[in-house]
Amino acid sequence: MAEALQLRKVSAGYGETVVLEGIELVLAAGESVSVIGRNGVGKSTLLATVMGHTTLHHGEVMLNGESLARVPIHGRARRGLGYVPQEREIFPSLSVRENLELGARPGEWTATKVFELFPNLRERRQHAGNHLSGGEQQMLAIARALMTNPKVLLMDEPTEGLAPVIVDALTDVLLRLRNQGGLSIVLIEQNSRVALAFSERAIVLDKGRIVYDGSSARLRDDPEYLASLVAAE
Amino acid sequence: MTPPGFAAAQALAARHRFKWWEVLPWVAAIAAFFLFPTYLSFGTQVLITILFALSLDLVMGYAGIVTLGHAAFFGAGAYTVGILALHFGWNEPLSGLVAAAVVAGAIGFVSGVVLLRTQGLALLMVTLCTMALLEESANMGAAYTGGFDGMPGLEFAPIFGVFQFDPLFFRAQYLYALAVLLVCFVLVRALVYSPFGESLTGIRENVLRMHAVGAPVQRRLVVAYTISAALAGVAGAVFTQTTAFVNLSVLGLDRAAGVLIVLILGGYGRLYGAFVGAVAYMVLEHTLAKAYPTAWQLGIGIVLIVVALYARNGILGIAETLRGRLRMRRAS
Repeated sequence: MAEALQLRKVSAGYGETVVLEGIELVLAAGESVSVIGRNGVGKSTLLATVMGHTTLHHGEVMLNGESLARVPIHGRARRGLGYVPQEREIFPSLSVRENLELGARPGEWTATKVFELFPNLRERRQHAGNHLSGGEQQMLAIARALMTNPKVLLMDEPTEGLAPVIVDALTDVLLRLRNQGGLSIVLIEQNSRVALAFSERAIVLDKGRIVYDGSSARLRDDPEYLASLVAAE
Repeated sequence: MTPPGFAAAQALAARHRFKWWEVLPWVAAIAAFFLFPTYLSFGTQVLITILFALSLDLVMGYAGIVTLGHAAFFGAGAYTVGILALHFGWNEPLSGLVAAAVVAGAIGFVSGVVLLRTQGLALLMVTLCTMALLEESANMGAAYTGGFDGMPGLEFAPIFGVFQFDPLFFRAQYLYALAVLLVCFVLVRALVYSPFGESLTGIRENVLRMHAVGAPVQRRLVVAYTISAALAGVAGAVFTQTTAFVNLSVLGLDRAAGVLIVLILGGYGRLYGAFVGAVAYMVLEHTLAKAYPTAWQLGIGIVLIVVALYARNGILGIAETLRGRLRMRRAS
């Protein structure tokens, strides 16, 4: 399978501060991977680095075989990176429909298809972003990223702060999204139950380095091993 | 059952549509023409200030670009028609407006490409410096601009070859300014409700997110800045044409700060904030200056402090809050 996203020996951080070190990651087209780890190990920084929000100290980020070194953030989005930020960051005064239209680009994902995935949003399409519940805002953040018709979707803790029932509903949507194929997905998740159920492959980050890259099933079946990785000091 | 917040959603969806009350400012402007014939000179200045404030609202209220140097474009437009009329015999008003828009827009484009790379305080400073540079250029280029004395006694041809600007009664000037304002307002209204306008709102609310959805933020800001500069240039041109003179005051900090106050007073990012703010500010200024010729600015200052403390969204913000409370009371 062709590589959709590749990180080669990436070291990155904020200004002089290095958060990620020696990250090697290859994601095939249509493949999904979950990234788990404790708070502050660099999970969000990993996605921020792919999007170009951080300082790249060393290494290279490649999308579909092309280096993104000189590509600005909006150019990365146009080349096929969809980003769902941790804080959702909905445009509060714009309606759901307008939030979706802002980044819309031609492709498979249209408003109609997005509304099929998130029927709630169809009902609330005329509501302002700041009139939505946390779960609806999260759905809108994912839907907005899909409307850019990405090749690789980066999701940063989409279930954070949501009620368990909403987490279940959102997990169901994420699984449907994964099963549709064609889209490569990187899911950052603190909720290891959701993360390990989402993808066959999981990555564990600790202190800015990848300490595990392999089967999700192994971590699911061996909670002690998972705990030793996640709780590593 | 009506879903919660349904009324708010309907209001949001309907905001693009023309509403009946939008005709009121124009009816009021026409009524003022008949009711206050001796105040048409003042009324013309109010209309010009509305247009100037509208141009600022596009960049500040919608795109979130805070500038202290918007008078640079007002002055560029004002001097363009003045120089064309005095030195080149080009005194046809409508084509003068186009020339002013092109010159001010070009200055807006060139300065925007450079200035809009900065943000916050740095942006405030460089916009102020740009205006100061233009002011000093106008001061030093006395051969063309008249320097400190400006260019008095300019003559402009009748509008459409028929309606002559009357230096005593300002009837033609008032209606001319009103017509120009209407055309520019229709343009700005269409723009802010277009996808381009939505993207400006997105940039104002979350610039990083706009980058992440693939919007060329810098390019859109420059386009908005250029259009705004062109509109400010048109306002400046109307000022010169209707008063038949231009001097350094069109490029001064007083004018730049004044229009900022107008917008804050009326409420920015609301289209009609420019209308309400300009009328409130200028009527207040006019009344206070008449009553207290030496201390009228004190009154303006007190009003602004009250607005800043208790009505952060300006006069229109107060109206919206009251309307919201009324709705909630009715709903309950």
